[in-house]
Amino acid sequence: MSERSDLEIIARLVPPGSRVLDLGCGDGALLALLRDQRNCSGYGVEIDDTKLLACIKRGVNVLQRNLDEGLSLFDDASFDVVLQLDTLQNLRNTEAMLRETARVGRIGVVSFPNFAHWPNRLSVLRGRMPVTKVLPYQWYDTPNIRVGTFADFEVLAHKVGLRIDEAFGLHEGKVVRRWPNLLASTAVFRFERS
Amino acid sequence: MGSVGHVTPQSMHFAQALPLQSGARLSDYTLAFETYGALNAQRSNAVLVCHALNASHHVAGTYAGQERDVGWWDNLVGPGKPLDTDRFFVIGVNNLGSCFGSTGPMDVNPASGQPYGAAFPVVTVEDWVDAQARLMDALGIEQLAAVIGGSLGGMQALAWTLRQPRRVRHCIAVASAPNLSAQNIAFNEVARRAIITDPEFHGGDYYAHGVVPKRGLRVARMLGHITYLSDDVMDARFGRGMRNDERVYSTQDVEFQIEGYLRHQGDKFSEYFDANTYLLITRALDYFDPAREHGGDLTRAFAPASARFLVVSFSTDWRFSPLRSREIVKALVDNGLDVSYAEIDAPHGHDAFLLDDARYHGVLRAYFERVAREVNPSGEPGAHSRVVGSARAPVLRSS
Repeated sequence: MSERSDLEIIARLVPPGSRVLDLGCGDGALLALLRDQRNCSGYGVEIDDTKLLACIKRGVNVLQRNLDEGLSLFDDASFDVVLQLDTLQNLRNTEAMLRETARVGRIGVVSFPNFAHWPNRLSVLRGRMPVTKVLPYQWYDTPNIRVGTFADFEVLAHKVGLRIDEAFGLHEGKVVRRWPNLLASTAVFRFERS
Repeated sequence: MGSVGHVTPQSMHFAQALPLQSGARLSDYTLAFETYGALNAQRSNAVLVCHALNASHHVAGTYAGQERDVGWWDNLVGPGKPLDTDRFFVIGVNNLGSCFGSTGPMDVNPASGQPYGAAFPVVTVEDWVDAQARLMDALGIEQLAAVIGGSLGGMQALAWTLRQPRRVRHCIAVASAPNLSAQNIAFNEVARRAIITDPEFHGGDYYAHGVVPKRGLRVARMLGHITYLSDDVMDARFGRGMRNDERVYSTQDVEFQIEGYLRHQGDKFSEYFDANTYLLITRALDYFDPAREHGGDLTRAFAPASARFLVVSFSTDWRFSPLRSREIVKALVDNGLDVSYAEIDAPHGHDAFLLDDARYHGVLRAYFERVAREVNPSGEPGAHSRVVGSARAPVLRSS
């Protein structure tokens, strides 16, 4: 999710002037983009020392916390938008995290690698776990402990009580609206509490 | 990266009485301070460094002829260092009640003509901030680029943002806490009892008796030292190491290396630190509690603040643990204030804030670079920078 075009596509999902919480904000590139181009403010949460430093260099607010310990720092409905880009698949308790996201923010935006992208399906058909640009890890050393598909998320969102108002795929910097579960390497959803 | 070189401590006398939180007042007082670097023409690049329990205004550099007397935060402050004196005008101030040059219990009480001793009024973190603010007035600094401190110094930095919200652009609170826990207060109380029950304490007026309650000071310092280190670091440095190869089977001699270390630290401390100052400063720690007048609600306490914040904690600090820093962060976030928070995985316990861990100093360097860009828009303080009136704040750089 560090490709500039991807960031700009995601940024368009965030209403201008929003108070934003970016969970797993990485080097803060998206927060800086939202600040500079959409007049947004807020915080990133990042556990990694190197990425934290990159955020501070960019002058974006960053809080060093482990997301698996929850969002107790943040009050209910304290953000307009909560972003979770390429983060959800690294967290132990995906469902609890989604509920937390809905608790602290009015709008949630998530993205994650779509395991049902056709090359992944092909790879599994051939009997091997996929190793791709979006899923670059071997099965035995991947930080992606929760692999899911575009279609899976729709089911989970319903279970958690989220109303999806925007859903599309991303592949190589382009939006994929046709058969995203098959044709997109990354799934993107915007949702609100229903 | 260099040193600021030889520095000269300065002092300034204030004839206007300082009203204190307790209701008492200091009729007049002196503050000892040091400065490093040059104030720019806009007077916008001043950074105040607040000290903790046993430190002073001697933040960086050395004194001529006393090369071993290195400032307590010299690894942070200097040309090219994270708090870069080529870009910032850095000020260290000794707190009231201390024993290093600012008015304290060893000084003569104008009311009695005798040393204050136990009569020195109880001072609080807020009182210190008020006194520091008057020094900033005198130095012609309307707004600080930043105020930074570790531990008790961090509490002062936080208090600045509440008492002087418009005079602080950035607040950097390292290894600090929004107040002391019962356990923290308990440690302070044991230390105070060690001092007060020393037969040479004489109710705080030991100066008149020509003695110093060194035994109490030693025990206080030994206790403090235990709380500044992590269990792991103490184990790594001393473990169960013995002073001698064979046990001496004594209950009173030094048998383990940790005992020798603590006794040495206690001895050193009792030679230079004032017992009444120890009582005053630990009490200031105990009393600090900005949430108190807001029913314990720290979020409401920070409502007046408008500074941008950097909060730093250390994973193995059990004296002021990361949990306490997170309370500060939460209150700042609740108020929608700009804050970044680094939780440094360092093994050294509370002492880590004084050490130059690469991740820790990396974060401070990056943050100060950002502050420098804000307050020195042209980049360098450079040719247009000038020094405040030389009688007040000369550039303290050796040739």
